[in-house]
Amino acid sequence: MLYREAGQFKSDYVSDQAIFPILQDRIGVILIFLFALLVVPFIASNYMLSSILVPFLVFSIAAIGLNILTGYCGQVSLGTGGFMACGAFFTFKLTTAMPELNILLVFLLAGFGTALVGIAFGLPSLRIKGFYLAIATLAAQFFLIWMFTQNPWWTNHSAAGVITAPPRALFGDFYITGIRATPLNKYIFLLCFTALLALVAKNLVRSALGRAWMAIRDMDIAAEIIGIRPLAAKLSAFAVSSFFIGISGAVWAFMYTASVEALAFEVTRSFQVLFMIIIGGLGSILGSFLGAAFIVLLPIMLSNLPAMVGLRLPVDLVAHLEFMIFGALIVFFLIVEPHGLARLWQIGKEKLRRWPFPY
Amino acid sequence: MNTRVLTWLVAVPAVVIGLGLLFQLLSLVEPSLYFTWAYYLEVLIGGTLQGVMYSLVALGFVLIFKASSVFNFAQGSMVLFAALTMVGMIEWGLHWTLAFLITAGVMVVLALVIERVVLRPLVNQPHIILFMATIGIFYFLDGLGQTLWGSDVKQLDIGIPRTPIFILESVFEGGILVNQFDIVAAAIGGILVLVLAIFFQKTRIGRALRAVADDHQAALSVGIPLKTIWAIVWSVAGFVALVTGVIWGSKLGVQFTLALIALKALPVLILGGLTSIPGAIVGGLIIGAGEQVAEVFLSTFIGSAIQDWFAYVLAMLFLLVRPQGLFGEKIIERV
Repeated sequence: MLYREAGQFKSDYVSDQAIFPILQDRIGVILIFLFALLVVPFIASNYMLSSILVPFLVFSIAAIGLNILTGYCGQVSLGTGGFMACGAFFTFKLTTAMPELNILLVFLLAGFGTALVGIAFGLPSLRIKGFYLAIATLAAQFFLIWMFTQNPWWTNHSAAGVITAPPRALFGDFYITGIRATPLNKYIFLLCFTALLALVAKNLVRSALGRAWMAIRDMDIAAEIIGIRPLAAKLSAFAVSSFFIGISGAVWAFMYTASVEALAFEVTRSFQVLFMIIIGGLGSILGSFLGAAFIVLLPIMLSNLPAMVGLRLPVDLVAHLEFMIFGALIVFFLIVEPHGLARLWQIGKEKLRRWPFPY
Repeated sequence: MNTRVLTWLVAVPAVVIGLGLLFQLLSLVEPSLYFTWAYYLEVLIGGTLQGVMYSLVALGFVLIFKASSVFNFAQGSMVLFAALTMVGMIEWGLHWTLAFLITAGVMVVLALVIERVVLRPLVNQPHIILFMATIGIFYFLDGLGQTLWGSDVKQLDIGIPRTPIFILESVFEGGILVNQFDIVAAAIGGILVLVLAIFFQKTRIGRALRAVADDHQAALSVGIPLKTIWAIVWSVAGFVALVTGVIWGSKLGVQFTLALIALKALPVLILGGLTSIPGAIVGGLIIGAGEQVAEVFLSTFIGSAIQDWFAYVLAMLFLLVRPQGLFGEKIIERV
């Protein structure tokens, strides 16, 4: 009854093309954002902030990035981990070389650097497609990780190969990385940053560029015939996607784990992000958030569930069971709803509009 | 003898000798690079025999991809699962032949279950969804195998000799060192391929399999039961996984990393072409030999541990020239 758009007339193009054309959606999104910004900091514990909400936001950025490439442009990529590592190491090199540079700017620059790398590894996509491309992106994954582990230059010749993130403030005393950064600071910064990036992504996929991507995804030959240049469309998708993924890698290393190491970005990371967008929904920005939340929460749930019902299982058994349940859930999801959680949300919305008279 | 075989007969020695000359030249420029022809051949043979192992994993992929257009990412975890099950049986005190047979049975059951529970509900979904589903199977089998049998590194010994031997001692001074184990493994691999070839060419089921691989609808319309065929293909792939698991397991020990050899099979696949059984074999040999040679002779210039990525980059560069791989069917696209 509450969720009904009857009476909301659109009288100009601006309101017709709004991101959230329905008033209730607009209010809902603003309320959720305000809740996350103003209420969550007071009710969430430090554990909740630093090991659930921060990784959720970090993964959301990565999932948005991969969703642009895979969900919107149809180019399957398994190189996400490699690009995340790029972002992390670029940020580290930049911020140690120029400590006075604002960390936000460093993150963005690292994103642009990763975008260039993404373009380089996106070049094969002009020749090869589908699974072949997916495997070719594995080349990016393994090569980049190898480069970062082999060259001590990337870690400033640190002996251990593991480096802690240096302390950097966004402004004044508002430290967001390093030991002086509180989980709250990190969370607030990441929340605003992620929201901003999501807004950029949403607007990009609604633009002419986004439509070109979707045309390439749906059928590249047909898209070429109607005048879309595959070169520009595919490479721009690789660039934008890598930009997001690079930033997520940077904030992963600097704000979540607080250490920069290539091992964190192995190929399993790529699969993890790919699962997020499949479970969340391919070609949906909302789906990226839902998928990230699902994948972040699932292991935590699974490892806490046996304890909650009073069962005491050995740790390695729990780890293996986690794998099994994870795999089974993925298959289950694909069978029940191949379009992901975002589609479920849409169905829910449809139901809500007709409620309580669904005829 | 057709021209294609002839091309290969000329091209392969040419490339081998050419690369050898290149490395010899490099070793003159860079004294720290050790090069003799005997050593080069030794590395090459070692790599090629290693490549047989990659071929075996790739073979499992190709079988399934040909018949059902499913890119079965779970092949690697099937290898691990089979090896773990077999080791578990042996630990119960069974003779390894018996354990092998029982495990083969388990793999068939597994194939039937996968077909029924995962593939059938996903018929007509896009390829990427099926691919993701097999990644789900990958995780599930990994967890299942380790839940049932534990995650310790286990030894699998079925009596393959391990002593290294020297060959060609009359040609080169000191001869060429070859691991006997690798030769036996390669022989087993060769026998497996031969058996599969006979199975595909001469039996009724084999003909049906090839028909399905060629055209699903046409095969259905002449009365070939698609579901049965899929179950058979997955069983055969399971059997191949078992053989691979036994060989890899007795070489490296049965452990979690076995599942990751699937990743090494991927460049083999795209190099050889996703739909070609000879492609999988030749691709495996090329990747195996190539990465060994690169690791030994190029790491002085690029850096060590290039094995991690060399295969992928090689395959990627190759795809730029020939997008369908060495033996793949030409990709024709229509709007």
